[in-house]
Parts: sequence; structure tokens; C-alpha cells
Amino acid sequence: MARFIHSFVFFLALAWAIPGLAAPAQAQAADDDLRAAINQLAQGGFSQTAKQIQALAATGDDRVVPALQALLAGKLYFKKAGKQVFIIEQASGGYALTDPLTGESAGTLARGAVKKIRVNNRLRRELKAALGSLTLLSKVASVRMKAAEAVFKSQDPDSLEALDAALAKETDDGVKKAMQEARAAVLLKTDAPEADKLAALAAMEARGDRDALSIVIATAAQAEGALKAKAEKTATSIRQTLELWGAAQNVWYGLSLGSVLLLAAIGLAITFGVMGVINMAHGEMVMIGAYVTFMVQEVIRTSMPGLFDYSLLIAVPLAFLVAGAVGIAVERCIIRFLYGRPLETLLATWGLSLALQQTVRTIFGPTNREVGAPEFMSGAFEIGHLTITYNRLWIIVFSLVVLFSLMAVLKKTPLGLQMRAVTQNRRMAGAMGIRTNWVDAVTFGLGSGIAGIAGVALSQIDNVSPNLGQTYIIDSFMVVVFGGVGNLWGTLVGAMTLGVANKFLEPYAGAVLGKVLVLVFIILFIQKRPRGLFALKGRAIES
Amino acid sequence: MMTMKFIQGGFDRRAVIFLGLLFLIAAVVSFLNLAMEPGSTFHISSYTVALLGKYLCYALLALSVDLVWGFCGVLSLGHAAFFALGGYAMGMYLMRQIGTRGVYGDPILPDFMVFLNWKELPWFWYGFDQFWFAALMVLAVPGVLAFVFGWFAFRSRVTGVYLSIITQALTFALMLAFFRNDMGFGGNNGLTDFKDILGFDVQADSTRVGLLLASAAALAIGFIICKALVNSKFGKVLIAVRDAESRTRFLGYRPENYKLLVWTLSAMMAGVAGALYVPQVGIINPSEFTPANSIEAVIWVAVGGRGTLVGATIGAVLVNFGKTLFTGILPEFWLFALGGLFIAVTLFLPKGIMGAIDGYMAKRKAGKDSGPAAQPQEGD
Repeated sequence: MARFIHSFVFFLALAWAIPGLAAPAQAQAADDDLRAAINQLAQGGFSQTAKQIQALAATGDDRVVPALQALLAGKLYFKKAGKQVFIIEQASGGYALTDPLTGESAGTLARGAVKKIRVNNRLRRELKAALGSLTLLSKVASVRMKAAEAVFKSQDPDSLEALDAALAKETDDGVKKAMQEARAAVLLKTDAPEADKLAALAAMEARGDRDALSIVIATAAQAEGALKAKAEKTATSIRQTLELWGAAQNVWYGLSLGSVLLLAAIGLAITFGVMGVINMAHGEMVMIGAYVTFMVQEVIRTSMPGLFDYSLLIAVPLAFLVAGAVGIAVERCIIRFLYGRPLETLLATWGLSLALQQTVRTIFGPTNREVGAPEFMSGAFEIGHLTITYNRLWIIVFSLVVLFSLMAVLKKTPLGLQMRAVTQNRRMAGAMGIRTNWVDAVTFGLGSGIAGIAGVALSQIDNVSPNLGQTYIIDSFMVVVFGGVGNLWGTLVGAMTLGVANKFLEPYAGAVLGKVLVLVFIILFIQKRPRGLFALKGRAIES
Repeated sequence: MMTMKFIQGGFDRRAVIFLGLLFLIAAVVSFLNLAMEPGSTFHISSYTVALLGKYLCYALLALSVDLVWGFCGVLSLGHAAFFALGGYAMGMYLMRQIGTRGVYGDPILPDFMVFLNWKELPWFWYGFDQFWFAALMVLAVPGVLAFVFGWFAFRSRVTGVYLSIITQALTFALMLAFFRNDMGFGGNNGLTDFKDILGFDVQADSTRVGLLLASAAALAIGFIICKALVNSKFGKVLIAVRDAESRTRFLGYRPENYKLLVWTLSAMMAGVAGALYVPQVGIINPSEFTPANSIEAVIWVAVGGRGTLVGATIGAVLVNFGKTLFTGILPEFWLFALGGLFIAVTLFLPKGIMGAIDGYMAKRKAGKDSGPAAQPQEGD
């Protein structure tokens, strides 16, 4: 089945690639010839089929590959009436037919109406060789690459010949390397001379992934003497490399989680850290940002689909404005009456969060909403053995950009100066002519707006539902408290530390227990340093 | 000694009315449920009995929250954890009582363990087939957890909002832990399908009435303990800690010890409330640990009036009655109502219902005496 899917996907890729190469009319004629050649497989006995396979291989045409692979897998059948050949799949009430050339579905037939094309061991060898040379010698580099990888996985000694032939002709460096690795893997399975095998081991070491490791271990188990020693040494070295990469992967995942925590917590670092307001509705500001993203995408989808790739760029300022406006409204209507009563603020904002959740649930429904990823956010690339997805990478970048812009606002703008003045000494700031009420409202709006921006990013990796904010609120508070209240660097360090610690604990303790352990750790940490990692010094905070 | 003083001084009129009313309601409801024929106009359904029992458990939880928040200034957002732990201890006893009547009929292992292919009972389930042991654990588990947590927290002078946040983290961590199947507490399904308690069928009307009476008694005892505590000299120090912790410390008291004792006592009360709650609702699962539950308990206290004890219980019953009413009629509006309640109470009714009544009384009295009324000092 896996092989079938493999070949099918592969075929789809070809179906895209081929038409561009040949003119339509020629393609039509070649199609007919190929189809006739494939249909010939249904004729005669084993030796006839063998000849036909060779003939197909001689065409050098990639498009016969699915048919040959199906034949190898025992999935190539022919219709009893008309002797036309099809690839079949088990389906309810019979067989689902697929055209071997186009990959199009050709309906279903009862079991009795088709007959399997039988193969024996000689034919299987023939088929493997044919397939190897067809794919390894393909005109398309990605096909050759895949074929080389397939040989590496199967380590089929029969493909050595085809591999050597292909290596001689290969010009692409990447493919050549893959083929050499495949050749090395095959060599280790055969009884090649020891010198060759030692060289092959070196190739495995250079590759250094899990597949290479299992091949080397298998070699070590069978080999003797110098070869065995060398194989064991190689295995250890590969294990070390893998461990190193595993740690790197954990760090990456941790930073990625940390950036999410950071995004969720930055807004709180303003409202809680700078203003001292316990805003339990902070998570709902994040949720509002996520829903703004959803709305933006909806509008774009219905009226101007071309802008979809820019949807997030449009959503960021909008989310900031909407969440910021909600924040200012909340500050003016509720929070300003509760300054100096932190526990009451906590209760009121908790009530607010319930009401906001229910509002969103009433408007958008309780189910998850689909937020799409634009082009630049999807896909992944690899560094060494590290797979890095673009959405995670962008979120890390985005969280840092948000953090540093916020720092710049606080340090470099008149507004930031006023904010710091008001939080440090409200009455003195007022005496200097700063409108403290206005600064309060704007500060709270800024914190909420940043939470909204976080929502835009989080909509890319989490479910957009009314409960979105709830999942982050406790984590956000932990980050701010752990990092030290009123200190944005502390928030950064806190978020990243917690993220990485979480991911390093996961393999040992499991995802949930890892999180529990981190929470317990924070609880203990707060006992030790009640004001967080980077505590503000001075008397003011004691009051 | 303390009781004598309490009977002389602490038993104010309000406390007497409260206790009297509590027993009157419990007795009348029990009578009307058991003695009246179903179908009679005076009959009270078993559903109502169970509901009332549930409210009384919530009232006890609210009382425990009020004790630490109202008199000690510790706003706990984690009391649901103690409540749920007490509930789990009781639930484990009830699970062991099922015996061979479970779906898999295993005489020792509860159903979910058989389902998870466990071969023997984990060590922490030992002893729970005995009621006395379970009852001890109902007090001990929340008590020990609260003691350890409080010992660390109060000693390092974690106060105010920080304390609230770490109590919330505590209950959140416990919730995550209890959701795991390998914890051995039934994972997200929790413990349910109870059959017997002390040999009585939990579904039977008489058992339900018994549980209601037990809840009422527990509430009354809890109330008397709290009242005695806050009216004693100890209680005066507590209020001093609440209103000016540093000053109390400078006067030579050790606030952390006072806090720790009250905190542990409060946790045990919450545990008892949970233990009585579980047989009446028939299930305990990790969602009882959610931080939202803890915060809801705080709002009961805020509605009724912080630091009034009677108010806390009234708040718990009123809010939950509203919840039952709302979720029956307009389920989608319950969260609006609850959210609005949080905001309205903190903004317009900072002293709760009891505080408003007191204020009204004081005003009337002040009007009569035409002198300035003593304003109770506002603390946080």
C-alpha cells in the first residue's frame, strides 16, 4: 500500500512535469504507443512478460514506472474483456481501477471481471532492475533523488548495477551524494571486499542519521575483526551526532514554544508588569486578535482572494486596533475604579473574560474557526538533521520584533516616558502636567493591543476558538512572574527558559507531566525569589 | 475555654439565626421528601434534596474561602484543588465499595484499572476500602498539601497577587496531572458509578436525605469553628495580619504561623466539602480542579460579603441557585450573568450583600443617634 501511494504521488509529480517537455501531438502519439506496450503485459506467459518488461524499460520513459511498480506489488490486473491493463485497489464490492498511465480513476469492477498478471521470482528481479534503471536514469533530478533514497531504504543488492550505471552519468551533486550513500548501504549488505566496506562505513558516518545508524548496527552484528570494530566505532559516533542533533531539535522546539509564551505574555508584561493590573481577561484579548485574523481572512476570501498572502499583514494592525480599543474601553469602564485593589481587579477582569468568551461564542459559535496560512508561512526547510517549519520560524521572529518594538516605545517615545513616569510616581507625574488618567488608558490599551497582535500569530498554530485565551492565561502569568515583574528582558528570558525546559522535560516525563513539573518548579522558584528572575530593586515594590 | 467564650460573646444574633435557619431548612426538606407521598403538593423531589445538598457543600467551600480571604487576606484561587482532593478521597472509598458489581466484576480493582490492564492496586489505593481511613484522608490529603504549600509560601513572604497566582498554578498543575490515565485516578473520566456508602445505596432517597443532613451538620460545625476562631484573640491577630501584615510582625507576632494554621484548616474544610459533594453528585473528575471553579468560589464569597462567614454561605447558595435557574432557562446567558456578577459586585457592592445590609443598618442607626458611624476599614 505504502509503495502504491509512493508511486502514485510520484506519478502525480510526473504528470505535472511531462506535458511541459513534449508537444501535445507527439505526447498523444507516444501515449498510445506506451499504452499498447503496457497492455502487452497481459499477453502470453512469463517469458513473454519478461521481454515486455525489458521493452518497457528500454523506452526510458518515466511514465511506465507506476505500471511496473504495480506489477511488482501484484496490483496490476487486466480486464478479461479487451485485455486492457489497470492498476487495482481493493474497494467495497470489487476492485477500484486506475489507469496505469494517467493515474485517473477508471471506475470499479466486480472481482470476476479482471485477472491478475502473475509474476514469478525471475520477473520480480527483472522488474526491480528495470525500475531501478528507469528511475535512477530519469531526466528529472527529484525523481533520481527519490530513487536513490528508495535504494538506500531497500538495500537491494540487485540494484547495485543500475546504481553504478546511474552514478557514472550523474551530474547533480546532491543526487550523486544520495546515490553514493545508497551504494554504500547496498555494499554493506553484500560480500564486497573489506576495503570497500570500510569506505562505505565512512559514507554512513557522513550521512549520520537514524537510517544510517541501523545499517551500521546491522553491519556490526554480522561483521568480524577490523570491520566490526570500525562499524561499532561508527555507530557510536553516529549516535553522538544524533544526540547532539536531538538536543538541538529540543532547543529549537523549546524556543518555538518560548516564542509563543513570549507573545502571549508581552501584553501582560505591560498591563501587569508595568501597571500592576491583574488582567485575567488578557487571554481574551489574544482571542480577539485571533478572531480579527479570521474575519480579515473571511473578507479577503469572499471579496479579494488575491490578497490572501497579505492577510496576516493586514490583520496585525487591525488586531492591534480592535484589541487596543477593547482594552481602553475596559480600562475606562471597569479598571480605573479598582486601582490599588489588585484582588478586586482580578475578580472583575475574570468576570470580564467570561463575558467576552461568551460574546464571541454567541457571535461565532463554539466550534473552532479555520484560519489559513499564507504561502510564506507554510512549508519547511532543513539544517543538518533539523527540520524547521516556516510558521514556527516566523513566529519566533515576530515575537522578537514585537518585544523590541515595545521596548523602543517604552524607552524612546514621549508616550513611553510618560508611562514610566506615571508608574514610578503617579502624583509627581501628575504635578508635572502629565494626564495620568489618559496615560493609564493608553498603557492598558497598548498592552491589550499587543495581546491582539499575539492572537494573530497564535491563530497560525492553535485552534481559533472562544477558549483560545484560557489556554494561555496561566502560562502568561507564570512567564511574567518568573521573569520578574516590570522587566521586559525578564519576560523574554522567562518565556524562553520555560519553553526550553518544557521541551527538555517532555521526552522523560511526557508532555503533560512535563508541564506539571514546570509549574511545580515555578511555584518553588517563587518561594525562593518572590519577585522573579530579574526583580526590580528598591523600596517602592515593597509597598 | 474557647467554646465558653464563644457561647458568651461570639454567638451573636446573626449566627443564631443562621444556624437555626440551616437546621430548619434541612429538617423540613428531609421531612417533606421522606414522609410525603410523591405526587403530594408538599412532596419535595429527591432531585431537589440532592441539589440542596450540593449547595450546602458549596457553602462550606465558600466558608473555607472566606476564612482565609476574609480574615487573613489570602486570596486563594486554588481552593477547588482542596475541594477536589477531598472529593477524590471519598470517590476512592466509594469505588472500592463497588466490589464485584462493576462492569468487569473484579473484586478489588476498579473498572478503569481493569480496562487499563492494571494487574494490582496501586499503593495509594490501599486502605480506601475502610471508611475511617478514607475519612481521615479527606482531612489529611488537603491538609498536608496546604501545610506544605503554605509553609513554603508564607515563610518566603509570598503575598497578595503572587500568592493568588501560584495557588492558581497549583490547582492547574493538579488538574493536568489528574487528567493523565497513568496517575491511577481514572484519567479524564474520573471516578463514578458509585453504589454504596457505608452500606447504604447512594441512589436511595433515605441516603440522599442522610447526606443532606450530613452536609448541613458539616456546614454548621464548620461555621461554629470559624466563628469561634475569628472571635477569639487568635482571630484578632488574624485580622491584624490581613489589614497590616508588616505592623503585626513588628509588634512581635509571627504572621506566617497564623496564616499557615488558618490556611491548613481552611483546606481541610474544603476537603470535607468535596467529600460530601461527591456522593451527592455521583461523580468526581479532574474538571473539578479547573482554576475557574476556584475563582467561582471566590465570587460566591464576594457576593455574600467578604469576612462575614454567614455572607459567604448565602452567596454560595444564591449564586448556585442562579446558576441552576439560568442554565435551565437560558444556558447561553449564564456566563454573561456570572461575568456581569463579578464586575458588578466588585464595582458596586465591594462589601457584598451582608456588607450592604450592615451599611444600611449603620446608616439607620446613625440617623437615629445623629452621630458619625464607625466605618470599618477597607483592606485587600
